[in-house]
Amino acid sequence: MDRAKRETDKRNLMTGFRRTSTGGRINRAKPVSFTYNGKSFTALEGDTIASALLANDQTVIARSFKYHRPRGFLSAGLEETNGLFTLGEGANTIPNAIGTTTTLTNGLRIKSQNAWPSPTFDVMAINSLAAPFFTAGFYYKTFMGPFKRSWMWYEPFIRKAAGLGAATTNKGTERYDSTNSFCDVLVIGSGPAGLAAALTAGRGSARVILAEQDSDIGGSLLSSKLDVLEQWRTSTAAEIASLKNIRTLTNATVQGLYDHNQAVISIGENRLEIVQAKTIVHATGAYERPLVFNNNDKPGVMLAGALRTYLNRYALAPKRRAVIVTNNDSAYDAAFDLAEADVAVTIAETRSSPAGDLLARAAQLGIAVFPNSGIADVLGGQQLSAVKLSGRHAVTIECDVLGMSGGWNPAVHLTSHGGIKPKYDDAIASFVPGTFAEGQFGAGAVIGHFGLKASTHDGIAAAEAALQTLGIKPPKQKLDAPATREDRSYAIEAAWQPQEQAPKAFLDFQNDVTLKDLKQAHQEGYLSVEHLKRYTTLGMGTDQGKTSNINALAIMAAMRGMPIAEAGTTTFRPPFAPLTIGAIAGRTVGKHFRPTRRSPLHAWHEQNGGVFIEAGLWQRAWYYNWAGNRSEAAYIKEMELVRSGVGIADVSTLGKIDVQGPDAAEFLNRVYVNGFAKLPIGKARYGVMLNDDGIVLDDGTTSRISDTQYYMTTTTAQAGEVMSWLEYLLQCHWPELNVHVASLTDEWGGMAVSGPKSREALQLAFPHIDVSNEALPYMGVKDVEFGGTTIRFMRLSFSGELAYEVHCPANFAIALWDHIMHAATSLDIKPYGLEALASLRIEKGHVAGLELDHRNSLDDLGLGKMASKEKSYVGKELRFRENLQAPERWSLVGLELLESDKKLRGGAILFAATDEIKGHGRGYITSVTWSTELNKFIALGLYNGGLKHEGKEIIAAFPLKNEQVRLKIVSPHFIDKEGSRLHA
Amino acid sequence: MRLPCPHCGERDYSEFRYGGDASKLRPAHGTGDLKQWHDYYFLYENPKGPHTEYWQHVLGCRQWFKLTRNTATNAKVGA
Repeated sequence: MDRAKRETDKRNLMTGFRRTSTGGRINRAKPVSFTYNGKSFTALEGDTIASALLANDQTVIARSFKYHRPRGFLSAGLEETNGLFTLGEGANTIPNAIGTTTTLTNGLRIKSQNAWPSPTFDVMAINSLAAPFFTAGFYYKTFMGPFKRSWMWYEPFIRKAAGLGAATTNKGTERYDSTNSFCDVLVIGSGPAGLAAALTAGRGSARVILAEQDSDIGGSLLSSKLDVLEQWRTSTAAEIASLKNIRTLTNATVQGLYDHNQAVISIGENRLEIVQAKTIVHATGAYERPLVFNNNDKPGVMLAGALRTYLNRYALAPKRRAVIVTNNDSAYDAAFDLAEADVAVTIAETRSSPAGDLLARAAQLGIAVFPNSGIADVLGGQQLSAVKLSGRHAVTIECDVLGMSGGWNPAVHLTSHGGIKPKYDDAIASFVPGTFAEGQFGAGAVIGHFGLKASTHDGIAAAEAALQTLGIKPPKQKLDAPATREDRSYAIEAAWQPQEQAPKAFLDFQNDVTLKDLKQAHQEGYLSVEHLKRYTTLGMGTDQGKTSNINALAIMAAMRGMPIAEAGTTTFRPPFAPLTIGAIAGRTVGKHFRPTRRSPLHAWHEQNGGVFIEAGLWQRAWYYNWAGNRSEAAYIKEMELVRSGVGIADVSTLGKIDVQGPDAAEFLNRVYVNGFAKLPIGKARYGVMLNDDGIVLDDGTTSRISDTQYYMTTTTAQAGEVMSWLEYLLQCHWPELNVHVASLTDEWGGMAVSGPKSREALQLAFPHIDVSNEALPYMGVKDVEFGGTTIRFMRLSFSGELAYEVHCPANFAIALWDHIMHAATSLDIKPYGLEALASLRIEKGHVAGLELDHRNSLDDLGLGKMASKEKSYVGKELRFRENLQAPERWSLVGLELLESDKKLRGGAILFAATDEIKGHGRGYITSVTWSTELNKFIALGLYNGGLKHEGKEIIAAFPLKNEQVRLKIVSPHFIDKEGSRLHA
Repeated sequence: MRLPCPHCGERDYSEFRYGGDASKLRPAHGTGDLKQWHDYYFLYENPKGPHTEYWQHVLGCRQWFKLTRNTATNAKVGA
């Protein structure tokens, strides 16, 4: 026999599973092929990744997080600590998929993690020799010592040792989505309790959602081979399926519960459903916990319940011999089922006198039971080959697997998401929900009732309680519990500590936390459970300590000499289980991350050479390609157009608010700092609003349309804020004012026609309307009928030139724009974009969003003189608080660049000429443009003391580019200070 | 969290905007001195427990309303 063959045979003798010839929930007629670490394998339909790998003798499937110890599957469920895999390839790679819950599909590519080149031969296993370095508090301590440059030495180890799968950085092609839904009763879990609850609520005609994390419904029933249970499961499931008011979700994990019974459920890898439930029934069951003994992490050591699941659900029996170690009665179910499948079973009992009926049945099946025993050690190389029992017998038994049961931990996670702490129940040696939030109920194992009949009755009772909350009568026909034997007692006698020396006894398999780590943390003073967790990283893996937390708590409590109940638990937080980030994001990625707003003129810009830029949510025309292909050049040509001829710009994004009512004048007079009470009909006025705190909220123009109607415009950025503020004042504080406000931002569009030839342009476009200086003077407003609708002329100027705004209902905007463009062709009218719009206003010295940044007062912006002395207005009192009147406040200045070969940048920090260029300076540049009129760079900025320093030379520093330039402080009104152009 | 809009009924909190403490009395328009406005605007209790506050159904009917909410549990005491 050659060496390789001998090795193979030796491995086969160690641990492993065989497919039984009958039974299981797998489809023997449907083979499924897959690859694992590049090699091809075949399993059966109905297999999970875990059962498929076990069926193919792949028992060492991972290396542990820190020490790179060989690991096999611990469980058959969501609590799995070791069996995490990377699925797929390239852009759609999913790391850290749980092998025990992921259904095997044809062609699935599975890769092991944290092992190179393979889990059975892993180079990093050298780490286990470095074990002394990786004990509790490792990460904290390395920063401090024990020697100089410690971190440099350790870092490569840590980076390499971070043993989880790597997410891809490529853009995937998978689609993700999320939905919202509502129900009367959300039932979480579909074991006996959940099925009973769902059907009872469903029969009561409530709208029910039954959420099951598994691929099939039935919970623990799926792990049983009793026909009577299978009949009950299928008949209950069939009736549930027949009821239209019950939605059953499989592969659906409730990840978090939030206020007022909102549940977030991940469905498969790609979907998220946010359920607003009126009531919730928790039927989440329980997780089996390991026992703590030496080498309890060796591949082949599994949870007893998992062995039963692999046998009855996946038709996988240990090859020949199994040892079961338990402190409670539940593991006997596993032992008996294994024995009936021709597995030689030995039971190591930690209790002194197991129940007589169990012993009798064990004897019948040829099972040897060793009371007062336990596991002293697990023997074998990479995998388990034998176990040594503790206690008087101390025998060593060769076996394929060791099934352990340290009892069951109710899955209280979701019941605690609202901040309700679980409480310790001595009778079951574990934690149960402390209480339930309003409208929530529990049934079955989650409340510590482990019996089948008890769970069913719980489910019915919980559903009835939920129905009562909803005011629905419970159904007359009561569901029958499965016709099995009466529940037997669980009879747990907690066995937290190993009976013998256990230097390699693991508590947290995923994060490699041992009993020794816990003792060390305790000795170093990390006493409280929250400290212990963070110091040792126990329970901080992707499994969130589902198998480790309670064991650790109990041991920690013992070290402190206090009852477990007093030690308390750590906090449970969502998500309950790992889920894809894609499912959380859903469709809100890229352009869909937030809404895109488009002006009613958007299509025109698109078709006529407009180049767009994002401004907040808006897509705005930045510049047009008639003026050039780069913004730096194009905007200058567009500015020149407006200064010398006529241009047209889209101003539809301005906030537009209709203000109506007999008290509208009084209302506006209160919200604006300047007077509005006497604004005549047909006139517009520029106004500034403050918040209550005296800080500038927004500016804009408001026109009086009639005695009781006004048309307000706001800045684009603050439109929503201003609208909400006006509503707040009217609804909450000034109910005596008879005024209504309505947003017209989306309903109306607007365009600015600007430049010395703008009047001519309008005359050409609207020959029947008098737009002369007399008929429509500066700040004049006029509504006219045109093309079957009302359009509004307002002689306003943002650019400082003779200019008009023409507003109209949004669906007429393109037609109106086209009409003006055509009519004024002879004047060479052209569109100008946002960049030119913003630059023209800088030359004029108009403040805008960059200056109105919610930190500046009226005086800071040089607008203090606008405020009325006669009347009261919002923000008046706090405008005069000491801080806002301080002379050294940063306030508005104009700036001119003195060095013609350099450029100015927005955000540059301002310093006095003699200052050291360091720190936050004395102010900063808010807005910059090239001035076509002055032929130099100019800017607006905020500077300590403001225009008191007019004429002084200062420095603008831009440290990111290591630039410094000299500038001069000037008036912010760079052009036409007298306003003669406006009034032309 | 669900919030009760007096006009539309119970809706998800994401449809609302928070409007601050509603237990304080805003001085009537044109009244109040610097100190009164200062106290109104800047001095807040931050209670753990019931708290009366303003909310606006901003993505719905846009009604502003007062709500007493337990800040520790989000339980609604009254709208």
